[in-house]
Amino acid sequence: MSTNISLDQVRHVAKLARLALREDQLVKYAPQLGAILQYIEQINQIDKSGVEPMAHALPLHNVLREDVVEPSLPLEEVLKNAPETDGPFFKVPKIIGGDEDSAG
Amino acid sequence: MLAHDTLLAAREAIRSKQIKSQELARSALERIEKLDGQIKSCNSVYADRAIERAKQVDAGRIGGELAGVPIIVKDNLCTRFGTTTCSSKMLANFRSPYDATVIRKLEDAGAILIAKSNLDEFAMGSSTENSAFGPSRNPWDISRVPGGSSGGSAAALAAGMCVAAIGSDTGGSVRQPAALCGLVGLKPTYGRVSRYGLVAYASSLDQIGPMTWTVADTALLLKVIAGHDPKDSTSVPDAVPDYLTDLGRPLSNVRIGIAREHQSGAGVDPQVKSAVDAAIKKYESLGARIVEISLPHTEYGIAAYYVIAPCEASSNLARYDGVHFGHRTRDEVKDIIELFSKSRAEGFGEEVQRRIMLGTYALSSGYYDAYYVSALKMRALIKRDFDQAFEKCDVIASPTSPTAAFTIGEKTADPLQMYMSDVFTVTCNIASIPGISIPCGFTSGAKPLPIGLQLLGPTFSESRLLQIAHLYESSTDWHKRRPKI
Repeated sequence: MSTNISLDQVRHVAKLARLALREDQLVKYAPQLGAILQYIEQINQIDKSGVEPMAHALPLHNVLREDVVEPSLPLEEVLKNAPETDGPFFKVPKIIGGDEDSAG
Repeated sequence: MLAHDTLLAAREAIRSKQIKSQELARSALERIEKLDGQIKSCNSVYADRAIERAKQVDAGRIGGELAGVPIIVKDNLCTRFGTTTCSSKMLANFRSPYDATVIRKLEDAGAILIAKSNLDEFAMGSSTENSAFGPSRNPWDISRVPGGSSGGSAAALAAGMCVAAIGSDTGGSVRQPAALCGLVGLKPTYGRVSRYGLVAYASSLDQIGPMTWTVADTALLLKVIAGHDPKDSTSVPDAVPDYLTDLGRPLSNVRIGIAREHQSGAGVDPQVKSAVDAAIKKYESLGARIVEISLPHTEYGIAAYYVIAPCEASSNLARYDGVHFGHRTRDEVKDIIELFSKSRAEGFGEEVQRRIMLGTYALSSGYYDAYYVSALKMRALIKRDFDQAFEKCDVIASPTSPTAAFTIGEKTADPLQMYMSDVFTVTCNIASIPGISIPCGFTSGAKPLPIGLQLLGPTFSESRLLQIAHLYESSTDWHKRRPKI
């Protein structure tokens, strides 16, 4: 795998990450990300056959609780940090229609 | 009394009525007023609220283990009062509708929270230079960084603006600033302290920890903040020991492990190396046995960390969308995707963007196995190294940071070089084990800088880890030094 990351790849990743970056930012990040990825690549140099991936190191699994209704935050508390609201709703631009991205 | 007191000394002075809690709060606030223009450790200060609560302590209406002591908490812990900014433009005006469990526990124990401290944005960094509000300064030498990401907490405590502080540690963010500011800093075992209300960076690595002048202060503070929390399903149900009482218990058969792989470490400053070597000799003279151990995969720690942490960050930070809370672009947008993308590009700083991009890339189709799964396998190997090492020793000693505090701007141009500051600290988070940094010396020169000794222990060994740290501290006086500020 190549660890050089092209400007087009960086542009694509920024799109996936929902970051509307300027061209000069993409140009700045590309070699930085390339250097970091190249460094990271060393984890693929050692033999890991038979090793199970470990998501976290404690033996805690599927912590369950009773499904009980508990009080929620009052509406005004929930909405107080929202940049734009309309009555009891979060307000956003149109979601349906527009270009192909909008549907996703 | 006042600036530069320990937590236990302040608590004793209040309990014995030598000083009122409000006097203590006022002196801390005066210290902030006088010094924080240059140190820049506090994002927000809660003077009226602090004085009001201190009065209630003095009137006997608030009691508890920490009654009346002024504490500063990192500004990535949610509080119902004031703002919770994570030193990000994204959350500059965010007012949490709830308290973090740690905040609740501190206030239930009577602590007076006087300010919230600066950090690298979303706790991503090793110097506080990634803060959207500008870097904090090291009180030992204000041309230098206090470390990070809990650098504001470290700088505030070192400057005498409180008697203890709280940080969070995802790859060294409590221990490294503690080392760089001459303090004790503990990263507890994953699950020992509830993460509820800690703004998430990398959820499988994040843990909240105390920052204090002494090991005893850390023991007391850990006892207060630790414990199971139904609101954090990764917090463990095990009972919380009385760490402070445990410090006084007899300690024998101490075995200090020295990792072969830590010896050849490139980039370790010779003064740091000699201070740590001297600390190990000190342990030997105190009756500890020094055991050579091996951590064969430790050199891959940084590489594994900079896959796991950015992957988790890219997922955790997906919630900042300009809709529910946080920064929203003022530009005209044609649809909701553009709203998300512009808000996020404007709201996040460079290092946060880099890590989101790195994580997004590593998790994307075609790269997932090569990066993420591979890093999780490295995690298993790093954990196995520690399990095997702890059959031969109680703690593993190393430097906390390869260098003492570096100058502002020294490492900002090269992200990878900055990442190397965490070379001794990240494996502790990867393996979920506890680690502590304690002062073990100073550099020479006109402005001597603190050096930290790191001790790592097996999971849930905090009592013994603190005892072993206390053993060293009791026979040295590095922890009694204070910056002249």
